[in-house]
Amino acid sequence: MVPLSDTDTQPAALASDTLRESIVEAVRADLGADLVDVHLVPGVDLWLRVAPTAWRTVAESLHRQGFRYFCFLSAIDWLPSPYGRGEDDPSAEPAEADPAATEVRQGVTGGDTRFQMLARVTDIRRHVSVTIKADVVEGDSGHMSMPTWIPVYAGANWHERETHEMFGIGFDGHPDLRNMYLPGDFEGYPLRKDFPLLARMVKPWPGIVDVEPMPVGDDGDADGGDAS
Amino acid sequence: MTMLSERQQLSYIAAQAADARLNVELETEGMTLNIGPQHPATHGTLRIIARLDGEQVVWAEPVAGYMHRGYEKLTEVRTFPQVTALINRIDWLGSFANEVPFIPAAEQLMEIEAPPRAQHIRTILFELSRIANVSLFLGDLGVQMGAVTPVFMAFRDREYVLNLIEGATGGRFHPNFDRIGGLKDDLPKGWIAETKQVMKKLRRFCDEIEDLLFGNEIFQSRTRGIGVIPADIAQQYGLSGANLRASGVDWDLRRDQRLPMAWDKVDFKVWTHPDGDAWARCWIRLQEVRESTRIVDQLIDTIPAGPVMAKVPRIIKVPEGEAWVSTENPLGEMGYYVVSKGDLGPFRVKIRSASFNNISITPWVLKGVYVPDIITILASLYFILGDIDR
Repeated sequence: MVPLSDTDTQPAALASDTLRESIVEAVRADLGADLVDVHLVPGVDLWLRVAPTAWRTVAESLHRQGFRYFCFLSAIDWLPSPYGRGEDDPSAEPAEADPAATEVRQGVTGGDTRFQMLARVTDIRRHVSVTIKADVVEGDSGHMSMPTWIPVYAGANWHERETHEMFGIGFDGHPDLRNMYLPGDFEGYPLRKDFPLLARMVKPWPGIVDVEPMPVGDDGDADGGDAS
Repeated sequence: MTMLSERQQLSYIAAQAADARLNVELETEGMTLNIGPQHPATHGTLRIIARLDGEQVVWAEPVAGYMHRGYEKLTEVRTFPQVTALINRIDWLGSFANEVPFIPAAEQLMEIEAPPRAQHIRTILFELSRIANVSLFLGDLGVQMGAVTPVFMAFRDREYVLNLIEGATGGRFHPNFDRIGGLKDDLPKGWIAETKQVMKKLRRFCDEIEDLLFGNEIFQSRTRGIGVIPADIAQQYGLSGANLRASGVDWDLRRDQRLPMAWDKVDFKVWTHPDGDAWARCWIRLQEVRESTRIVDQLIDTIPAGPVMAKVPRIIKVPEGEAWVSTENPLGEMGYYVVSKGDLGPFRVKIRSASFNNISITPWVLKGVYVPDIITILASLYFILGDIDR
């Protein structure tokens, strides 16, 4: 438990990179080879990627180190949208078969699977946060599941329900994976990239006109029109 | 612990046995009570299903989702500058504060920073939306416990703040004023003098509320010791903002992280309260409104000169990368995890809203409370429906 504070004292120093490196070392000591990748942006943030089997272990390890505050838990679908980029007209034929447009390319800590877990926890005493990722391996017939975080962070309950509803990722040991937002018999997982946004399919977004090149030049700087 | 004498132990056992006999004779029947979806305590449509044993809640479950608008999906088909119009509507009482964390996330990926003047004005508007938001909470708090007067005072004085926001941004509720690289416009003439006046009025409003509501005996007896949340439970559930500080956790993102905002240039106190009950949560918010008026006062005296917009390309393409930025919003920690693939729009935006976590604790905290306290606890946790469902 965090001691009751005297808020007139100086706050603890902001998180330094040496502190972040020491966290990586402590997690590595607990997880060994299950800590797959580390990404540290100096002075900004820290990302860890763990093996899918270590999803619960990393939570326990961080919780032991003092990361008591649960920020959020979600997932990412790395499949590029088959309906084009956001600014494209989804009803138009794709201009040309661009291999980069269908390649699944994971973000900062790499990875192998289309879906990745994403979570963030904070150590309030040391003023530092960590973003944790893990691959989600698709089993037979597309079934995916991860161990639940509820025994470590009770607040993960609703976040896991939401992730299950939006991405179709199950959580082993979760007591109640009912839908939060959608009707119980809803089919499909809305935040997957291959789930079409029907409103956009029916009528392309008129905001496309916003991104047409301006007459001053196709990529010219705003020369202080608003700033002056 | 004091040791009990044998006589005391025997009398304790006798009392327990008598209670048990009484309970068998007056056996209460279980009942399911449905609160909402429309209820004044919910600021929107949240439904609470409570299973009761007599007057006591044995199990409660909030049902959200009546206002799900799918913003995370919608951001994927918008360009970066268009996203602010959407996320404005998450917490509709403090709209400007919603825009703020998204913009530094995009700026971080583009490796640009807003000019100091823009950062300053951003912080001022951020605190003004906190004042507008929380002052309404203070009024609404009274209504939910049967005191109708404070809400009129709150609506009256919030209007001054909304006029300021409208004067600077053009929008009372949905300013859509923050831009990647700065702000849409500079402050209008005469705004600073007016702001000083309004801050004085708001401090007077806080005094009035403190006298009228917090000094009221009924209010005290209905909030003291009700809905106690210990610090470790609060952190596990990810409670943030005043709810966390009311449990004695000294954590304020305005002070405890570095952002391109002006909070590090002002002197303010982060209030905490050791009790963790409904009273503490309300009291912390009252202090925070006062603290915010002081922050605004300090900031408007020291606005640096210069442009309000950095040099950014006309067509905003955000380089590939991932960024997380969160700020201390009126309701608690609000953050955006922005993933960009180098296109005009974000690839994925995870919106971490404060109320979602703050309300997820209700099944825990409502267990064992009496029916009228459900309303007190919900009111003191303070949530905005749009902030739960997104």
